[in-house]
Amino acid sequence: MGRRAFIKNTSLASGGLVLGFSILNSCKSEQAKEMAVREMPKEWFEMNSYLKIGDNGVVTIYTPNPEFGQNIRTSMPMLVAEELDVDWKNVLVEQAPYHADKYGFQFTGGSRGISARWEPLRMAGATARQMLIAAAAETWQVPKEEVTAEAGVLQHAATKKSAGYGEMASVAATLTVPEEVQLKEVKDFKLVSRSQKNVDAKSIVTGRPLFGMDIQDEGMLIAMIEHPPAFGLTLKSVDGEAAKAMPGIKDVVTIKSFKDGYEKGGFDTNAFPELVAIVGNSTWEVMQAKKKLKVEWQPITAYSETIAGFGGKETINIPAGLESTTTHKSQMEALAAKPGKVVRKDGNPEVAFKNATTILERSYSAPFLAHNNMEPLNAFAHVAGDKAKIAAPIQIPSLIIPTIASSLGIPKENIEMDLPRMGGGFGRKAYAHFVVEAALISQKVNAPIKLVYSREDDMTNGIYRPSYHATYRAAFDENNNLTALHVKAGGVPESPLFANRFPAGAIDNYMAEEWTIDSNITIGAFRAPRSNFMAGAEQAFLDEVAETMGKDAIQFRLDLLKRAKENPVGERNDYDADRYTGVLELVREKSAWKENDATKHRGVSAYFCHNSYAAHVLDLKMENGKPVVEKVVCAIDCGVVVNPDAATNMAEGAITDGIGNAFYGELTFQDGVPQKNNFHQYQMIRINDAPKEIDVHFVQNEIDPTGMGEPPFPPVFGAVANALYKATGQRHYEQPFITDKPPLVG
Amino acid sequence: MAIFNLNINGETKEVDVDPATPMLWVLRDHINLVGTKYGCGIAQCGACTVHLGDNAVRSCQLPVSAVGKQKITTIEGLSEHGDHPVQKAWLEIDVPQCGYCQAGQIMSASALLKRTPNPSDEEIESAMNGNICRCGTYTRIKKAIKTAASSENV
Repeated sequence: MGRRAFIKNTSLASGGLVLGFSILNSCKSEQAKEMAVREMPKEWFEMNSYLKIGDNGVVTIYTPNPEFGQNIRTSMPMLVAEELDVDWKNVLVEQAPYHADKYGFQFTGGSRGISARWEPLRMAGATARQMLIAAAAETWQVPKEEVTAEAGVLQHAATKKSAGYGEMASVAATLTVPEEVQLKEVKDFKLVSRSQKNVDAKSIVTGRPLFGMDIQDEGMLIAMIEHPPAFGLTLKSVDGEAAKAMPGIKDVVTIKSFKDGYEKGGFDTNAFPELVAIVGNSTWEVMQAKKKLKVEWQPITAYSETIAGFGGKETINIPAGLESTTTHKSQMEALAAKPGKVVRKDGNPEVAFKNATTILERSYSAPFLAHNNMEPLNAFAHVAGDKAKIAAPIQIPSLIIPTIASSLGIPKENIEMDLPRMGGGFGRKAYAHFVVEAALISQKVNAPIKLVYSREDDMTNGIYRPSYHATYRAAFDENNNLTALHVKAGGVPESPLFANRFPAGAIDNYMAEEWTIDSNITIGAFRAPRSNFMAGAEQAFLDEVAETMGKDAIQFRLDLLKRAKENPVGERNDYDADRYTGVLELVREKSAWKENDATKHRGVSAYFCHNSYAAHVLDLKMENGKPVVEKVVCAIDCGVVVNPDAATNMAEGAITDGIGNAFYGELTFQDGVPQKNNFHQYQMIRINDAPKEIDVHFVQNEIDPTGMGEPPFPPVFGAVANALYKATGQRHYEQPFITDKPPLVG
Repeated sequence: MAIFNLNINGETKEVDVDPATPMLWVLRDHINLVGTKYGCGIAQCGACTVHLGDNAVRSCQLPVSAVGKQKITTIEGLSEHGDHPVQKAWLEIDVPQCGYCQAGQIMSASALLKRTPNPSDEEIESAMNGNICRCGTYTRIKKAIKTAASSENV
């Protein structure tokens, strides 16, 4: 039996043109050249918002979410094509513009893309298929139950009638949308779970214009911004005369990103809402003239504001002052030594620690991180009167629309937005202040503009991964049994704690506390927010606990999970012990893990986040005093894997990204000034530090897809720390692990 | 401003720009060849890599006035139909994630194979170390370079 699903989404109602405007007309993909059917259709028939069928059977699928490297522009259309049952070679993929009524929440982030679209996109395909079947039945005057639809062909066996989808599309598009449709079962998939090549790969390797940065338009000017050199400063005044006198410069203006009293959303984060903008004919000319700006800055005053975020309204306090990393560190150490806010308590941890024979206590810390997407922030805007055309390489278009409308003083409905490919996102492009800035600049200079951040502007603008600290304590009895676990974690300015995640639920006496330190340095989501620190701290600590108990690192974790499954402690544990166990067992098998293996320096780490499970075994050796990652074996349970090779690529990337940030990732501050502004100072992982081999495995099951982009990332930090210990004999507690100073020893 | 006649992808292009303008911006803003990417502007990331003659160079550090009659090849001109062995290998291995750095990676890799048709791992790492991939596709890049090296007519 297929799954029955009812149409809830108005977007499946047919009718209306899909695209208003497309500034990316020059960005046509190379896909058409690769199609089985060489000619483009003369006429298209729109079946619903997600797909249209040409008279020759070519199908165009509109992929709803913006792309920044997950390859969802391939995997999302695969879901539609699977249920439509069409030859993948006859599918063209187009990027849908922002359109909430047609495409719902077009959010790429939180590893939610595929899981959120799993049913709606399959529904779109299945609905169209059912309408094609109904059209054939009507045309042939046969019962629709007897009509089959497969690989783009409709057939009626008894009468031997046959027609391509293209021949029936004109009739099908006029039919009433069915109220319920049958979806395929996982076992019947023909396209999904089979690797398909990236539909954009040809365009990428031939340098076609795809990205926000590549947009050109008639009469378009280039704009750049000048923001304060330090957090805690704001604009006082600007003298733009010398800059304006430079060749090719049109104007110097100031902009204010928010109307007074505007209630911000959770993604309106912006350390520098008042900016100087310089506008000219070409990027190089604007870059040169920008150096001639004479800007005076002044200190901000402390303020509080209410933000309407995903979790409801919250008030945040922004202190005045120029902050430094040294101060943050002493503040964090001071708070770590005091009682925090107790978030969870099971059993009687105080008594367990009092009665302990031995106590193991370790503290872990990590610095701020900059996202450093390869494509610096940019946006195109053309505001004319009360209308705005925007092309925004951003992760959550719908959440910035109200701000743009408010700041420009135009109705929301008058904003059209295209969603070009992003050259990386990793959370940073969820915060679309730069789109508001582009729109305001366009409005002020009354011209189409492309706002381009320099690398330096991008790296020093804020919205970083916060700086974190965690202290773990474990109590052991006289037989070296683990009797209690205590975690106290905090950060500048948010806590990384997930109180209900493993090993909560597996230990009788458990306590989790947290604390925070206010800051005017802006922070935001960075691939697996909070998890990207907690996983490393927790998994490094558990490694040391296992060692203290004389247990094998994997078996120790499996024993805890067994306890959590058979006799869980506490009311609420956020993870599924079976799936957690599954990835640990798979990675143990695939890495040929042996207890006390003296031939390798191996670290294991596993973590649950974004509804998925990932475990790594990382082999490392020291060469000329530097760590070399020889091999990483990875096991992931993210449910059904839609496009296995693309998912493998993403896991490889997450592993490499994690190693890079564990080794080198760090942004420090002196008197509010970020101490790195480009790649000569900010060390990124390069090919020579990448693992020599990565071996990715997926748990095979039929669970609806859960997250994939983020889950393999957090556990990397723990695997690196644990392997470094095996290779060097020293535990690593403070990220980044490779610095000029010798590693700290606990 | 000054007029320059440049040999780009086998065609002569005339531009009237400040002589100090880096080729990166001449290509992107004046000739509308946007495959060459801006990443850092200081020759640290490799996204802007083009060929000057047979050599991979960072176009963000190459003033237009220094080019003269030397041939410049960009990603758009690497092959007529996107079928250079390195491009084919990139497709076979399905290297890209976000894709922003990949033109630069391909230009560095194709210059490497021209001078070293069968590079060792160390030679690949040394030649490609100037190209950052934030998505972390390095293991596939290495695999694709080896695939291209083992194909004919590099």
